[in-house]
Amino acid sequence: MSITYVNDDGYYPSNEEHPRWEHEGYEMVVGLEVHVELATRTKLFSSAPNRFGDEPNTNIDPVTLGLPGALPVLNRQAVELAMRLGIALNCTVQKSTFARKNYFYPDMPKAYQISQYDEPINIDGWLDLPDGFRVGIERGHLEEDTGKSTHVGGAGGRIHGSDYSLIDFNRAGVPLVEIVSRPDIRHPDQAKAYVTELRGILVAVGASDAKMEEGSMRVDANVSVRKPGANFNTRCEIKNVNSVRSLGRAIEYEAQRQVLLHEAGEPVVQQTRHWDENDGRTHTLRSKEDADDYRYFLEPDLVVVDPGIEWIEAVRAALPVLPSERRAGLAAITGLAAHSEAIMVVTDRGHDGFVMDVAKHGGNAEIALKHLQQLPGAAGVPAEDVAKLTTMEASGGLTATQAKQVLADMVEAGGGDAETIAAGKGFEAMGNSELESMVDAAIAAQPEAWEKFCAGESKAMGALVGAIMKASKGQADGKAVTALLNAKKS
Amino acid sequence: MGDSLGRVPDVPKISAADVSKVATLARLSLTDDELTTATAELSAMLDHFADIDALDLDGVEPMMQPTPLANVMREDIEGETLDRDEVLGQAPLTEDGRFRVPPIIGIED
Repeated sequence: MSITYVNDDGYYPSNEEHPRWEHEGYEMVVGLEVHVELATRTKLFSSAPNRFGDEPNTNIDPVTLGLPGALPVLNRQAVELAMRLGIALNCTVQKSTFARKNYFYPDMPKAYQISQYDEPINIDGWLDLPDGFRVGIERGHLEEDTGKSTHVGGAGGRIHGSDYSLIDFNRAGVPLVEIVSRPDIRHPDQAKAYVTELRGILVAVGASDAKMEEGSMRVDANVSVRKPGANFNTRCEIKNVNSVRSLGRAIEYEAQRQVLLHEAGEPVVQQTRHWDENDGRTHTLRSKEDADDYRYFLEPDLVVVDPGIEWIEAVRAALPVLPSERRAGLAAITGLAAHSEAIMVVTDRGHDGFVMDVAKHGGNAEIALKHLQQLPGAAGVPAEDVAKLTTMEASGGLTATQAKQVLADMVEAGGGDAETIAAGKGFEAMGNSELESMVDAAIAAQPEAWEKFCAGESKAMGALVGAIMKASKGQADGKAVTALLNAKKS
Repeated sequence: MGDSLGRVPDVPKISAADVSKVATLARLSLTDDELTTATAELSAMLDHFADIDALDLDGVEPMMQPTPLANVMREDIEGETLDRDEVLGQAPLTEDGRFRVPPIIGIED
């Protein structure tokens, strides 16, 4: 599916406040096409299993192989999962039809792929990135996946110069949703955040496991560059991007390549380019077949899909809480920004609910969040145990380092009383007088460092704090030490 | 000389080059004679569609399907699969449980 480029039409106004990638006075214009395999038991148009990793060509039936007389029957669950995703992406779910996309290629034995063309099930939505940047969604349509080709021979199994290909049809007919964004993305980091957020939504609504490394989520990027405000230029489509990190690299490389061409007065040729992870470049992908003329026509073997308001509203009502809302919940109880790293990481792991539970048990949410970020296993400990630990840490009864050790013990034992474990380790709140004498000793032992510290060299503080920590066998509270040093300075 | 609507046939609706391209896309090889025949026949078909185009259909909803059916779907339940050996036995070349085919895509530069 190709993206219709309209010059910033419908671009969300507040997007202007976000940073844009820039190179030699050019900016990038990027739209993404993401294919996701739906988590159904069977294929889109037949009852053959949809299972990754099975022996080649075992999940095949007459429909999968396009045998004469075989007829497709639509999988209701695939439609429902597509609707879930569309609603989560703020799309309009509408009456839709299927079409034949005709081409000869060995991964599609029917010589056509059944896809949605001019009437897709989901249209006109948007996805908000964690930092508030809004990416428009043009459409999210259903289609069947192709078989998997393995290229043999040539240079190290790469497509280039391969001798022949091997085809496994297990994947042929697996239900896909292709999500086409508007060309709103202006920075490689936005592209990465978009894919990460989309993956979070897919997993949350149960539509897909969305694993890029297993190919259940595949991202193609349409990239062009232009002088800000000018009309869109010719774009190239980048394929074979297998991780979020590669996506950022591939987009940036391609944008720079195009800037060089524009600056040299050479044309950018509209084409599909293949990202090579090894050399970090994009290459011309040349099809030996003239297959850009798909001669779409309405699939005569399938009827209209018209979900109707009742089904749509039932799906909407059953939708789980989405990652953005969960992050907002954590932000509200911790006081951190919703797109802060700790909140992003913990929510992505699905541990946001645990932090909320800790807070419900009277614990300190911000401290709990920090521990969950550093030690994911803590989510297996009863929330009330973690709550007590965070309360002790918040009141200064335990240092951050001590709390970490106590928590590690809890994870090991599957829970426990923070006070008992701390006492067992000999962790007792260090009295201020004891701490003060250690601070005084450290100052006396390192007069030069003290002088520098007093003169405003903050680096000198490290030597003093280090000595105190050593003297206290790591049990002194870093914050308290810093506070004491600063108090003595003035 | 005109058709039933009294219109004189205009230039052929499709060129031999168009027909040749469509044949290539469909993996059909045509002799020169066949190409000439197919071009004439396809032109006649397109003339027929031109008759439909000439009708005033403003305000008429396009009919997407010839039947009034909608939402014909099945439940997501696994069914029978084919025996792999039997299927692969029909192919000219196989390897490692897979169909072996000539290479299709190449990379330049």
